[in-house]
Amino acid sequence: MIQYAGLSEINGPLVCLEGAKGVSYDEIAEIKLEDGTKRLGRVVEMQGDKVVLQVFEGTNGISLTNTKISFTGKPLEIPLSTEMLGRTFNGAGKPIDGLGEVFPQKYGDINGRALNPVARSYPRNYIHTGISSIDALMTLIRGQKLPIFSGSGLSHNKLAVQIVKQAKIADSEGKDFAVVFAAMGVQNDVAEYFRRSFEETGVIQRVCMFLNLSNDPIIERILTPRCALTVAEYLAFEKNMHILVIMTDLTSYCEALREFSSSKGEIPGRKGYPGYLYSDLASMYERAGVVEGSTGSVTQIPILTMPNDDITHPIPDLTAYITEGQIVFDRNLDQTGIYPGLSVLLSLSRLMKDGIGEQYTRADHADVSNQLFACYARVQDARALASVIGEDELSASDKAIMKFGTMFEKYFLNQGFDENRSMDETLDLAWDLLSLLPASELDRVSEQLIKEHYHPENAKRFV
Amino acid sequence: MNCIYAINGPVVKVKDTKSFSMREMVMVGKSKLIGEVIGVTDEMTTIQVYEGTAGLMPGDPVEPTGTPMSATLGPGIISNIYDGIQRPLKAMTALSGVYVTEGSAIAALDEEREFDVTLTVKVGDRLHGGDIYAECPETPLITHRCMIPPYTEGTVEYVAPDGKYKVNDVILKLRIDEETVQELTLVQKWPIRTPRPINKRLPISKPLITGQRIVDTILPLAKGGTAAIPGGFGTGKTMTQHQLAKWCDADIIVYIGCGERGNEMTQVLEEFSELIDPKSGRPLTDRTVLIANTSNMPVAAREASIYTGITLAEYYRDMGYHIAIMADSTSRWAEALREISGRLEEMPAEEGFPAYLPSRLSEFYERAGYVETMNGREGSVTIIGAVSPQGSDFSEPVTQNTKRFVRCFWALDKNLAYARHYPAINWNMSYSEYSDDLAEYYNEHVGEEFCRYRQEISTLLVEENNLMEIVKLIGADVLPDDQKLIIEIARVIRVGFLQQNAFHKDDTFVPLEKQKLMMKAILLLYHKSLNAINGGKPISEIISYGFFDKLIKMKYDIPNDKLEMFNEYFDMINSKFADD
Repeated sequence: MIQYAGLSEINGPLVCLEGAKGVSYDEIAEIKLEDGTKRLGRVVEMQGDKVVLQVFEGTNGISLTNTKISFTGKPLEIPLSTEMLGRTFNGAGKPIDGLGEVFPQKYGDINGRALNPVARSYPRNYIHTGISSIDALMTLIRGQKLPIFSGSGLSHNKLAVQIVKQAKIADSEGKDFAVVFAAMGVQNDVAEYFRRSFEETGVIQRVCMFLNLSNDPIIERILTPRCALTVAEYLAFEKNMHILVIMTDLTSYCEALREFSSSKGEIPGRKGYPGYLYSDLASMYERAGVVEGSTGSVTQIPILTMPNDDITHPIPDLTAYITEGQIVFDRNLDQTGIYPGLSVLLSLSRLMKDGIGEQYTRADHADVSNQLFACYARVQDARALASVIGEDELSASDKAIMKFGTMFEKYFLNQGFDENRSMDETLDLAWDLLSLLPASELDRVSEQLIKEHYHPENAKRFV
Repeated sequence: MNCIYAINGPVVKVKDTKSFSMREMVMVGKSKLIGEVIGVTDEMTTIQVYEGTAGLMPGDPVEPTGTPMSATLGPGIISNIYDGIQRPLKAMTALSGVYVTEGSAIAALDEEREFDVTLTVKVGDRLHGGDIYAECPETPLITHRCMIPPYTEGTVEYVAPDGKYKVNDVILKLRIDEETVQELTLVQKWPIRTPRPINKRLPISKPLITGQRIVDTILPLAKGGTAAIPGGFGTGKTMTQHQLAKWCDADIIVYIGCGERGNEMTQVLEEFSELIDPKSGRPLTDRTVLIANTSNMPVAAREASIYTGITLAEYYRDMGYHIAIMADSTSRWAEALREISGRLEEMPAEEGFPAYLPSRLSEFYERAGYVETMNGREGSVTIIGAVSPQGSDFSEPVTQNTKRFVRCFWALDKNLAYARHYPAINWNMSYSEYSDDLAEYYNEHVGEEFCRYRQEISTLLVEENNLMEIVKLIGADVLPDDQKLIIEIARVIRVGFLQQNAFHKDDTFVPLEKQKLMMKAILLLYHKSLNAINGGKPISEIISYGFFDKLIKMKYDIPNDKLEMFNEYFDMINSKFADD
């Protein structure tokens, strides 16, 4: 193997090498330092015999003269095996749990390939999470990518753990269910919280963790979700398992991408993020799905913290354009002690409409959830009005709506961390809450449904 | 020998060569990836590659093809699903499994499929570009007409007998001049970035009937027109596009999924093959072409997908069909332009978009139109482009520039979507410049009163909007009764008329006649109530009659095929108010 000694330039995570021959684009190079340590780099740009490499582990300690570089002739691949469940890896896919290397069943290119839309099956099976707000209003579907938009200090991690704990994702006894967890730039505590929670709930043997903590190199952070998704795809599409991928925190990922892009001298788009941020995010999110010829599925729950709680910030904005809906946290609700404090109106599940109803959940599900949305939207109007003219001056119907809003938040949204509500419980609760309102206000449900489910006497318990 | 000098993402450069021309298609590397020349200087030729560039090396060969990026046009396009550079995705799965692969050379049309061809010319005929020389049924809905390629002229020297032919069989020979004889098959090629020629543009006069009330009534779109649907995420752009694709009265739908979700394309595929077109009794796929370049497929092909789509549309237009193009979403296309422009290190204009963004947008939208084709038929291409403004901010460059080139603007509103009011087209922010052009058609086909009703309905909505400003400050209770009536009737219009349920069998498509009768019922109630209020009756009593709620539900209660039921409603309202 040819080794090239020395470099011509170092800039941030990038190094530049001249005189290389037979190198191909996107190839992985091994960089050997004088002290014998090895680092990996990837070819990101080529001009004649000049090659630009990004160094995954960072360029600390690299000088123009102390390196020897050899090219592997392959894009970055990680070993894949069902043995990876229960193991912990660093952001670049190297085991860090001291249990030795993975014995590979095959190798997979971490960049993956675009799924042919013709080969996808449209996701239809819902995942029961036991959380009323999610099950009724933003139903999670197997094969969906449904991000959680949160802010710093909110209970998104707790919610993610509860979903993992309660999700009835598997067909039988949880045998074909597994979690792939990718931490990008999170604090040690957060990673530890997830690990401990997985342990306590007994799923740890079915979890494959990739950890890139906030003080790990940023280039590795760009690889972390890709490694995780490569494992997920392998387990789902080749081993027919149902994989839930939890990725946190996408904001750190995007910031790493911005840092890397600016060190390459690229022309920035909005807020300094690279112009290809959309395509880059899509190359990860689009790896969720169900394909024909396999019974497995990849469901993604990416978690991101909205900078300054701003949903129009490029990261949540572009994410929501790619993902099939979003679950949004509301700081006000969270502060009033409601868990999970989800902003119902901002949240959405796009695949929900085809995964609910008689065949899947219950015949009245779609109508009830529509009615809840419509009523809760009116709650916001009534509250806005009340804040101007005072609650006493409101009309009777606005007062009823206000009461509905408060009770809805207190009894429907709010639930315990260990409370696992069945679909029937959730939908009946919804009907009982709607029964707080006069039947004539319910304009999204048919007379027939009102007859069956509208029980004002049940609503008396909400005080 | 032309070989690669530099590689940066999808952009490849070749040094010291004079053998390439602008916009020429090239084959890059050993696996012959498809690329296009986008810049030529005396030292360097710049190429954008439509497929993933991983694995390319400096020194790999780049072959010119001598032709510009072209679409393959012939029978077999309808019902197919292509990627951005017209590679058939179904055939690709057979070849390479569930993932999209690079450099897979698959013909755009099925070369083995036989068509029942009828020749319509005879030896000795003088034919010009655009003339039809053969016909064959492509799907049960669409008859494919083979046309002499534009700018070709000659005398027929040989005509094959009628019968079964494959797309590449020679069925006609044309003597161009003494030396050259041109052989014609069922297929021709056309460069995707060049509009196909026409005889002349005709004035816009026919509506594209969609069965969606807010569109047909308030914000109509014309055949040959252009419309934009801007909206933040979750406001229902895609849903609206799907509804239009399913129900509009175009002959052929070209659906371009440009940088959008893979699952959405799967949904279109599944739904359209199950949905039966009520007019023909055939599945919708029989009149649909899909172009799917999902967000994770190569970015350069996303840029091309829009042009591929419109070239296919123009080809069918030339046969005398009416085509509607759904482009979802043009913002992703603009981002592809931005990404490539960035790789070329061009000077950016607003928000990193290249300065030529407006001219590219206008080139695209101007390819719409209602035309007389070169063979004297009438055909049209209607473009409906979705726009995904960043941060739902309509002042961003793509939305603003699109607004300059479309005449119909359906602005989707987040607040309506939060309240699950679909379609979430905001009637106050949207506009259509086609209302006047189409007035004559509506007068003739639906009745003189239609346009009058529309105007009244729009006026009521504007008045409600103004009143809401007050209501937000002081509550509705203090308004006088006639203004309360406006709020009440506007609620009926919003919930009972503008809001439309795509999942309800009668409400998903509503014929123009029913739209008119619904407006008539609402306005009848309004005028009768207004009279009563002026006569001193309190509005609370009028509301207690229950007509307002009844009219809200009439969209469900009156089936599309029982429009005579409206008479009961009219009688009921008339007699109740006459009693007083």
